[in-house]
Amino acid sequence: MAMQVISANRLVDGLVVYMTGGGGWSERIADAQAVTGKEVGEVAMAAARVAEEARIIVEPYLIDIDESSGERRPTRYRELIRAKGPTVRLDIGKQAEL
Amino acid sequence: MYLYDTIDQSLVDQRVEQFRGQVRRRMAGELSEDEFKPLRLMNGLYLQLHAYMLRVAIPYGTLSSHQMRKLAHIAQRYDKGYGHFTTRQNLQFNWPKLEETPDILAELADVQMHALQTSGNCIRNVTADQYAGAAADEVADPRITAEVVRQWSTLHPEFSFLPRKFKIAVTGSSRDRAAVRVHDIGLVVKRDEAGAIGYQVIVGGGLGRTPMIGATVRDFLPKRHLLSYLEAILRVYNQAGRRDNMYKARIKILVHALGAEEFIRRVEAEWEAIRDSAVDLPAGEHDRIATFFAPPRFEALPNNDGEFARYRLEDREFAQWARTNVAPHKQLGYAIANISLKPEGGIPGDATTEQMNAIAAIAERFSFGEIRVTHEQNLVLPHVRQADLYGVWQTLKSHDLATPNLGLISDIIACPGMDYCSLANARSIPLAQDISKRFADLRRQHDIGELKVKISGCINACGHHHVGHIGLLGVDRKGEEYYQITLGGSADENTNLGKIVGPAVPYDKVGSAIETITNTYIGLRADGESFLDTYRRVGNDPFKETLYAAH
Repeated sequence: MAMQVISANRLVDGLVVYMTGGGGWSERIADAQAVTGKEVGEVAMAAARVAEEARIIVEPYLIDIDESSGERRPTRYRELIRAKGPTVRLDIGKQAEL
Repeated sequence: MYLYDTIDQSLVDQRVEQFRGQVRRRMAGELSEDEFKPLRLMNGLYLQLHAYMLRVAIPYGTLSSHQMRKLAHIAQRYDKGYGHFTTRQNLQFNWPKLEETPDILAELADVQMHALQTSGNCIRNVTADQYAGAAADEVADPRITAEVVRQWSTLHPEFSFLPRKFKIAVTGSSRDRAAVRVHDIGLVVKRDEAGAIGYQVIVGGGLGRTPMIGATVRDFLPKRHLLSYLEAILRVYNQAGRRDNMYKARIKILVHALGAEEFIRRVEAEWEAIRDSAVDLPAGEHDRIATFFAPPRFEALPNNDGEFARYRLEDREFAQWARTNVAPHKQLGYAIANISLKPEGGIPGDATTEQMNAIAAIAERFSFGEIRVTHEQNLVLPHVRQADLYGVWQTLKSHDLATPNLGLISDIIACPGMDYCSLANARSIPLAQDISKRFADLRRQHDIGELKVKISGCINACGHHHVGHIGLLGVDRKGEEYYQITLGGSADENTNLGKIVGPAVPYDKVGSAIETITNTYIGLRADGESFLDTYRRVGNDPFKETLYAAH
């Protein structure tokens, strides 16, 4: 079964964030809490909706990830671009800060 | 240029304060995201892949130096030092913060700008021929019409919640530089046999998932009836357009479903009830608006300036730029200078703060402080003395703004694609960069001649791929980026929709596919034939054969 993390955009600045184990939100996917299985995913999504209600984030959703290379990477290319930044501007986005 | 009166200014000022209050209420929890989203969209603020995106309206693509400097300032202070000029003649900032957006809008209002009508199911920011007021082939200045339409459509109460968005484009010449046949309404300014000004009215064009070329509903509409006729068209659409399926809600679907004849009958019936009413603009008001677009104080100059001719002979690089990027002006001794925002390997439409400031300064010194944005994602200095062209070129060159490629294969339209856009299925920009690098040799580009490549990262077609001589549409194939290739499209007065040439190709094969297509054209072309001429003569088959044999 695929591992997943919850991603969203932060309300105040719109930046991509990931839900961490303590119920917080990080700009780094490496900090995210990974979940496996439908039920665990639903529990995590319920926590994310609480953060949405609290006006911390907007539009949370689960994304599939892969850690087989030793690095945590989203499986969809779209999510990889969200995690790093525009492929045509390596000087901006999260990739510029890593 | 049009200058706001107190009504215009108070409208945008009030809107800024209204949005400031809405942002405050959102941050305080008084508005949910569902409640807030339509409000922010009405102020041009989208949520994209990486961050919010603010789409700033540039009505009919006209900017002053003062306004350009303000855009440069906003890019520097609130964003990441650049902006992106779009196929809607607008500018997008890719990284604004929600909490700072009211301040950005206030800064825009200070220079008579805003982000109204850049989202939502309303009449969007009207677009026009970028050579307005300057083109040698112009019948009448389309900015006057565009400004009349802007004032009429701004916050129009009846048309703020249409079945779907609505785009109007105006061209002032029979040479279509505004792609009017692929807009919801396209207006071509023309004269009747008696010399009176009016419009050819075209309705129901559009791109997106169901591309269509508009139907002419009036071959000549007298100028005085413009607004009542537009109102009649919008009323028929507002009442009969579909609201049950957003993919079938554009006016093109209604025109197609009813048939042009029945659609025209309904419009004419509606119009009979409101023509010659208060809806139409009084002649005096039209004349007042027209005064803002009076020609600048041109000098009386001879044509074919000697300095211009001498520098073209002496400096080959300048001659190359003059050949591609300079267009004839209606005023003797003047020229239109196009600024390419497509440097080799660059991002189509992007300009840095430094470049925006440089363009503002050049326009101020050499072009009466006027700048235009084109729907092909370039900029224009509309009124340059021929004698100043060499100096303008040298300054542009020092800011990497003098690429001599207008209309050539590297002058590519590309939507932001999956690098920025939350709707995209595939990237657009890196393909444009790859093609631009492959064809970097200008002699080769000139040998190929006029060739418009247009790239969209999804079926919504912001990159106008349907009307590219070569069109590329990004699709998602099981998580991989593939591109459907269309050939033979065009967006000029002979508008055509491109035809799919064969199966989609993967991302890393697109560049070589473009090479194959251009080589096939070169092998087939007769003397003097452009790519489009050859395509229209031979059709898809020869291209299909070479393209898929090579893969």
